[in-house]
Amino acid sequence: MKNNVAELQVAALQNGTVIDHIPTDKLFTIVSLLGLKNSDLNITIGNNLPSKKLGKKGIIKVADRFFSDEEISRLSVVAPNVQLNIIRDYEVVEKKQVIMPDVVKGIVKCGNPKCITNNEPMATIFHVIDKENGVLKCHYCEKEQNKETLKLQ
Amino acid sequence: MENRSLVTIAEHSKEKILYLLEMAKEFEKKPNRKILDGKVVATLFFEPSTRTRLSFETAANRLGARVIGFTDPKATSSSKGETLKDTIIMVSNYADIIVMRHYLEGAARYASEVTGTPIVNAGDGSNQHPSQTMLDLYSIYKTQGTLENLNIYMVGDLKYGRTVHSLLMAMRHFNPTFHFIAPEELKMPEEYKLYCREHGIKYVEHTEFDEDVIAEADILYMTRVQRERFTDLMEYERVKDVYILRNEMLKKSRPNLRILHPLPRVNEIAYDVDENPKAYYFQQAQNGLYARQAILCDVLGITLDDVIENGK
Repeated sequence: MKNNVAELQVAALQNGTVIDHIPTDKLFTIVSLLGLKNSDLNITIGNNLPSKKLGKKGIIKVADRFFSDEEISRLSVVAPNVQLNIIRDYEVVEKKQVIMPDVVKGIVKCGNPKCITNNEPMATIFHVIDKENGVLKCHYCEKEQNKETLKLQ
Repeated sequence: MENRSLVTIAEHSKEKILYLLEMAKEFEKKPNRKILDGKVVATLFFEPSTRTRLSFETAANRLGARVIGFTDPKATSSSKGETLKDTIIMVSNYADIIVMRHYLEGAARYASEVTGTPIVNAGDGSNQHPSQTMLDLYSIYKTQGTLENLNIYMVGDLKYGRTVHSLLMAMRHFNPTFHFIAPEELKMPEEYKLYCREHGIKYVEHTEFDEDVIAEADILYMTRVQRERFTDLMEYERVKDVYILRNEMLKKSRPNLRILHPLPRVNEIAYDVDENPKAYYFQQAQNGLYARQAILCDVLGITLDDVIENGK
């Protein structure tokens, strides 16, 4: 029954994007990564909904908003398995998986306090050296960091 | 514009390393030449390092360049809150090369991205120090006649020692066998052992340090075991006298063995070793001059042929 409700709400979107299969602890990080905090669009955010894959999941519905590949690749750092459904005229016209880019710019904060990026007004750059395990290497101080310890800039 | 900066040795191919060593050899034959006449070299030391600075400034002076710079960041605008970017762009207006030492990791990389003036990294925190690696390679090459197939023994602080990590990575082209001799707390970190395995580099680990362990060494690379590196001071007390090289330990060593040390030394090489012809650490420091002359020319696009031509 609950599932039906969730699906019904998804289907109720006329045009826009549904971001699905979000790990519950990453939901609000994704809201802020996509800059939805100060948006005046029609947004529905659901959390702790039942999920076959994750047990519980978060979901975000944004009306009349379609994300660029660059915006989507940002999510890969925190939630690589998120799925995006593109809705047009009540129909899912496209499903997009998040793809881990080779280079992550200006999203992640370097964990090394002695890194230049934590001491200058500048954007970070990371090279993705292990896509499966989410291992990043700082372009500047060359220290590696993994998904579990990542902080956002 | 092509950026010829030297930020890390890891970017240099085997051919490029050998090429720079050949150039260093030319400078050793004749260190004084005016090939950088009319050029200005800036030495920006955001962290004091007298030895490295003197070496670079001597290299620049012997090539006929003028040197500007600072040795104490307290006297500069960075102490007033100026960003590194602004300092570098400002100095770029004056100098043809910027040699910089900084306490923050990645500072040299960033500097090389905000200016077209070539940057030479003279040490960025605990990250990279490529000119030290070049002089280590030159010292090995000069004393052994080759860089190929050598037994290189690294002794002391292998955990925090930036010089041993850079040397290890630069040697990957030359099929070395490494022996890592260190106390438990200061062992070679797993990431560098993984690096060795990925690149097919043979290595053996030891905790004991005596004449039998080092008998097969071609190069003995000593580093300082510092008290402040230990979390367990009991452990420090146990090991502090273990990793000291004494002259009598060299009895069984190979005739071609040479002892290297990045300096400054405190007590990890006993003074009676200095008289041994296998002691090479002071010449090693002198080689730094030639290696740095080669680096300064290379970042300006001056080729080996130019250097040979100039020496005639």
